This record gives sequence, structure tokens and C-alpha cells, in this order.
Amino acid sequence: MIEIQHLKKSFGSHHVLKDVNLNIEDGKVTSILGGSGSGKSTLIKCMIRLLDCDGGKIVVNGRDISRVKDPFRLAAVRRHFGYLFQEGALFDSMTVGENVSFGLKYLTEVPVQQYEAIVKEKLAMVGLKPSVAALNPSELSGGMRKRVSLARVLAVSPKCILYDEPTTGLDPIMSDIISDLILDMKKKIGVTSVVITHDMHSAFKISDYIAFLHEGTIMMYGTPEEFRKTDNPYVRQFVDGSSQGPIKMKLMKE
Amino acid sequence: MVTRWMDRTGGATDMVRSVCFWLVRSRFEFEQFVRQSVSVGVESFGVTALTSLFTGMVLALQAGNTIGSIFGDPIYVGTIVAFSLIRELGPVLTGVVVAGRAGAAVTAHIGTMAVTEQLDALYTLGTNPIQYLVIPRMFAFLLTMPILTLFSNLFGIVGGYLVAVYALGVPGEVYLSDITSFMDVNDFMHGFLKSFVFAFLVATVCCYQGVSTRGGAEGVGKSTTGAVVTCIVLILVLDYFLTAILTAFGI
Repeated sequence: MIEIQHLKKSFGSHHVLKDVNLNIEDGKVTSILGGSGSGKSTLIKCMIRLLDCDGGKIVVNGRDISRVKDPFRLAAVRRHFGYLFQEGALFDSMTVGENVSFGLKYLTEVPVQQYEAIVKEKLAMVGLKPSVAALNPSELSGGMRKRVSLARVLAVSPKCILYDEPTTGLDPIMSDIISDLILDMKKKIGVTSVVITHDMHSAFKISDYIAFLHEGTIMMYGTPEEFRKTDNPYVRQFVDGSSQGPIKMKLMKE
Repeated sequence: MVTRWMDRTGGATDMVRSVCFWLVRSRFEFEQFVRQSVSVGVESFGVTALTSLFTGMVLALQAGNTIGSIFGDPIYVGTIVAFSLIRELGPVLTGVVVAGRAGAAVTAHIGTMAVTEQLDALYTLGTNPIQYLVIPRMFAFLLTMPILTLFSNLFGIVGGYLVAVYALGVPGEVYLSDITSFMDVNDFMHGFLKSFVFAFLVATVCCYQGVSTRGGAEGVGKSTTGAVVTCIVLILVLDYFLTAILTAFGI
């Protein structure tokens, strides 16, 4: 279980996260919804400590990780998580195979001889042929990049995978395939997933719990069913994807 | 402007500090070091050779003409060419050329990685940009730039020889003996030590500009030009002070 308590993060005078409280259940898929610029990415970057938060706690298995400073303990904290970057963040100076096996060298004791087998296995898990391993990242389509990136995360078997907008920029069919993959990972390896998204279709499909992030706090937390039925006007507007409603009015006033 | 410079200097100093930390505490990325050394060396060799050849040639021509018009004969052309190159122009020219060629490439590469979240990806996969990118590149520059400087000296002296012998009519043996009879080890060390300082400077500036790149493709362009300009200015300014210090120590 990951408990986020009173998390704060500002960039200069811009207070992105004001008071975020959220519990993430082990082995479940928790989606974090919110508009562009609402601080979703900031939140998960604080969790994996790519960003330092300004206040509050992030408790993983009973230990607060938000104040860890020592570079080696920090690396151990990051080990707990896998991070699927929005654009994949594949290393473009390496082949797909080298990308997938990259973390093995630093995070595991696996001997080099086994890398090829692991690459093959992880690529198969995300539905890619072994021949893809020889390609360069620049030769891949958007959907394939995300899959390779997921394979790279899976190779080091983290306990919790953070997905940064996994379906953004993909066509509807590929979006659905990626959603299926996220569910697959939950079923097959029981990994905890935190998915940042503003794709309602995908969120309803994959989530066990949804959290709605608005103005730096979690405005609503609940199951997809509760979200479908809610009469909270902010959440309603977001779920329905309407330009009419309180959120737009807030933006206009600024 | 002043605060920006201070920020940058502070940032670069912090980077050098983490370089020292990770150098001691992590395994050295030998494969990356070799790959980078080859690429820095190969990328910059041609330009270095060409620029130093012509610099040597123009030095000989200028020296020959000036001395010729004063003394009636182009004497000590070899001495002037070799001293200027080995103590001064070899390391400076190499520094400038390497900054413009390999340095810019390093900034553009690391900068692109920064804006596409690849640097963050390094953290999530158990390493970090300092250990994986900066340290191997720093040592690649420290290895290749002194070697390139040696080649630069050599090509410059050859260029001077060609002009001295074929344009000014100085006998080849005279040109060479003008060099060997006045040159000693300290003159060589003077330039050679400089090349290490410039290598460290170019590597630090270019890596730091790369790592601190923000703002998409435009940001990469800005960092790259910024890195090259900073390197050239710093090399030329620092060169004066280095010369003063080294001379004070009798080198």
C-alpha cells in the first residue's frame, strides 16, 4: 500500500499540488484523472522521486520515502517503481533489445547471457515479435514505442508501475490494446498500477479505483461505478467531456 | 545577466561535484568511455588537422614577410611557427574546434535526451545521467583533446614547413634546426598542460548545457549554441591567465 499524505508541490509561485491525500491499494489499478496541467504528472513524479515534494509524506510499505536524500537509498526507492513515460523515452542511441535489457545491468544480478531470453520474453508479454529487438526506436510507431517502453519497465519487475498518459496520442484501437495490456499486467503478475489519464473510456475500463485531481487536491475518490453516477458538477463535466460547467468558468476567470 | 551567469556557474560546479561523487561510488562505464573517445577523436580529427595546417602556413607566411622586410632575410621562421603553435595556438585551436564539433554534438545529444525524458528514464532504470553520460564523456575529452593537440602541433609545423620551404625559400634543414635548437621540454609542457584544462572546460560546459536543457527542440538549439559560445569565450579568456600562471611557475 502506498499512502500519500498532505502532499504539496509548487513551481515558483504556481502551487500545483496543494494538499493531496490518496491511498493506492496493492495489486489494483488506480487511475488519476484531471485536466491538462492539473498536476497529475507532477504527482507520480514525486512518487518515484524524479521531483522533490515541498511538504507531506509518501509512505511505501510503512516507510516515508519523501525525505530520502542519500543517492543509493534513493535508487533503492526508485527500484520499487517502474515508470512508463508519455512518449516512451526510449534511448534512441540503442536498439530496442538494448533498451529493454538496459535496467537489468543496474537493477538486477541477472548474468548478461540471459538478457536475450528476457528481452524475448518481455517483448512477447507486450505482444511484440522477437525480431523487433533489432530495430531502432526511431523505426517504431507510437503504439509500438509504448509497448517497448512497457517491456523495458517489466524487465526489471517493479512492484508498482506508474503509467504517464499511456493512451494519449494513440488511435482508439491501439488505446484499447494498451488498456488491455495494463489489465493483463495486473492479472498476470499482480503488479500495482497507477495510471494517469484523461481518457475516460480507458479509465472506466481498467480502473479498480479512480481519483479526480482538481486544483491541487483529490476532489473525488471512488470506484468507476461511483464516478459514472456522481452528481458532483466538476467530476460530471469531466466525465461527460463537456465544455459547459464549473471547470471552464474557473478557467475563464483567470 | 550576471545572476544567470552565477546560476550557471553554480550549476556546473554542482555537476562537477556529483561527477567526483559518482566517479568514486559507481562502476566506470568503460564501454561508453571508449565509444565516446572514438567519436570525439574521429569527429574532430579532420577539422583539427585542416585548421592547424593552414594556421601553420599563415604563421610562416606572415613571419617570413615581416622578418624579411626588416632583416632582408626570412630568418627564424621555424622558431616563430613552432613556438606559437606548441605554446599557444595548438591547444587553443584544438579547444575551439573540438568545442564546435564534438562539444556541440555532446550538448545536442544530452539536450535531446533531457527534453524527451530520457534522462529521467536513466534514473528510473537504476543509473543516472552523471554516471552514464557525463563521466564517460568527460574522460573521453580528457583523453582525446591532448592527443588532438599533439596532432594539431604536428600539422601546423608541417604547414609552416611547406610555406617556408616552397614559398619563402628557406632550406628545410634550417627550418627544422630553428625549431630544435630553441625548443625545450617546458615549452611542450606549457601547451600540453593547457590542453588538459581546455578539455575539462569543454567537457564541463557542454555536458552541463546538455543536462540543463529545457524547452523542446528550441531549447536544444539554444543550449548547443550557448555551449559552443561559452566554450570559445572561456578558452580565449582563460588562456591568458593560464599563460601567466604557467610562466610564473617557469613552465
